[in-house]
Amino acid sequence: MATTHTKSAARAMMAPSVIALLIWMAVPLAMTLYYSTLGYSLYNPISTPFVGFDNYSYFLSDPTFSAALVNTLILVVGVLCITVGGGILVALLLDQDFYGVNVVRLLVIAPFFVMPTVAALVWKNMMMNPVYGVIGQFLSSIGLQPIDWMTEVPLLSIIIIVAWQWLPFATLILLTALQSLSSDQKEAAEMDGAGALSIFWYITLPHMSRAITVVILIQTIFLLSIFAEILVTTNGGPGSQSTNLTYLVYQQAISFGDVGAASAGGIVAVILANIVAIFLVRLIGKNLDA
Amino acid sequence: MARRVTQRRKIGMTVLAWAVGLLIFFPILWTFLTSFKSELTAISIPPQFLFFDWTTENYATIYEQSNYFHYMMNSIYLSLGSTALGLLFAIPAAWAMAFSPTPRTKDILLWMLSTKMLPAVGVLIPIYLLFVNFGLLDSRLGLIVVLFLINLPIIVWMLYTYFKEIPGEILEAGRMDGATLRQEITQILAPMAVPGIASTVLLNIILAWNEAFWTLNLTTSNAAPLTAFIASFSSPQGNFYAKLSAASMLAIAPILILGWFSQKQLVRGLTFGAVK
Repeated sequence: MATTHTKSAARAMMAPSVIALLIWMAVPLAMTLYYSTLGYSLYNPISTPFVGFDNYSYFLSDPTFSAALVNTLILVVGVLCITVGGGILVALLLDQDFYGVNVVRLLVIAPFFVMPTVAALVWKNMMMNPVYGVIGQFLSSIGLQPIDWMTEVPLLSIIIIVAWQWLPFATLILLTALQSLSSDQKEAAEMDGAGALSIFWYITLPHMSRAITVVILIQTIFLLSIFAEILVTTNGGPGSQSTNLTYLVYQQAISFGDVGAASAGGIVAVILANIVAIFLVRLIGKNLDA
Repeated sequence: MARRVTQRRKIGMTVLAWAVGLLIFFPILWTFLTSFKSELTAISIPPQFLFFDWTTENYATIYEQSNYFHYMMNSIYLSLGSTALGLLFAIPAAWAMAFSPTPRTKDILLWMLSTKMLPAVGVLIPIYLLFVNFGLLDSRLGLIVVLFLINLPIIVWMLYTYFKEIPGEILEAGRMDGATLRQEITQILAPMAVPGIASTVLLNIILAWNEAFWTLNLTTSNAAPLTAFIASFSSPQGNFYAKLSAASMLAIAPILILGWFSQKQLVRGLTFGAVK
């Protein structure tokens, strides 16, 4: 008697959140799917004929789309390499015994709290500007030719900015994993004469592997949707050199008013994200049982 | 002898760690310093590091010329509003999941998580058009609802992991002693749940404050928060480094301080309990 009562109470307590998220997910997604089959322009919203898969074939055959897809992958993989590689190194460093551990920790995690528009503009103007930027001035002072980051290597510039924002996240999570490693194992290995490098390779790295997977999956989900950093720095250019999928869909919708094609692009983005999401949900689900 | 080696090693590590830390922190430090320079000093070649005429004129200009406080108030409204709404929905849900779990609880949790993985751009168009139709474009209310919905899964998850740590036996003991449901909640559970709720609030404020997809796409001026205010510096005002720096410092300082306090919870919240 009491249990059925608690159960229905529990259901009632969960209902608002579940219903809110269900509506939030299902309604717009269904609308996007619907729009993606229409020839729908914001400049002529009266006539919206059904066009089947035309938007998809238009979007997928648009050379900008393949460029954006490649850029999206380069952006995600590039940032992942820097943040995971750098994150492991910085986490190992922060795990050492040194003076001012807590202050250095604060310095390292700070970039994560900087809002995307600030991070992007500070880097674009004050770091990467070829004349007045700190990097440019540093390069000239040692006799090298400063480069115009945003026009010569736009995608790399964005990778650097985004990696700077996400390095703290990777570091913090890897450090948390590192600190849960018992020192017994390491000491035993040291007694057996293992070097620092083989201890890292055979003990530390396998111990961190799950945290590394989590970092990769979670970051990928956020990195697929990078937007503000591109909007305030390169606007996707020059040409489409720094346009990712998110930015392309935004352009189609807001600048060209092509609701149909933008919706088709949105659906493509959803499918891509889902591929990653399946792995992440499985991994976290497993952890939930443990 | 061994001690001297470790001591030397520790000093070496200190130098290395501080160098790396300062390198990573440098863009923020540089923004901070530049915000106290005159525009001319800000672009001087070679750059001035510490020995320049410190001035607060940029902050004064931001205060006088731009509607800085309008944007800041919007950021505050949006982050506090969406967080409050989130708690209202998430506390009962997480509570039920933690204290009367059913075989389906896990599925519901994972499903909630999967909604977080829906890329925003996949629903940009319908949300935009709905906002236009309902007159919600550039309104705080509309944005509060969107920010609430995108962060709801994280709030539920975080609260769930905290609530799960509250031992159920305490409740039973309370019941044995004849505590009513109301006493159970206000006197036994609430005090134990407060730290978890506080960290959830902190993380959610940070996430909402820095959200820069919906806030940029769904606002123009009326409801625009600091993310949009800073975006307006992208050109040509971006050439005024000192003013850009001052505006940037004002926009990030509150969250930087909140974030430094909540670094532990950050790991937990953003990995959905997968790494603690």
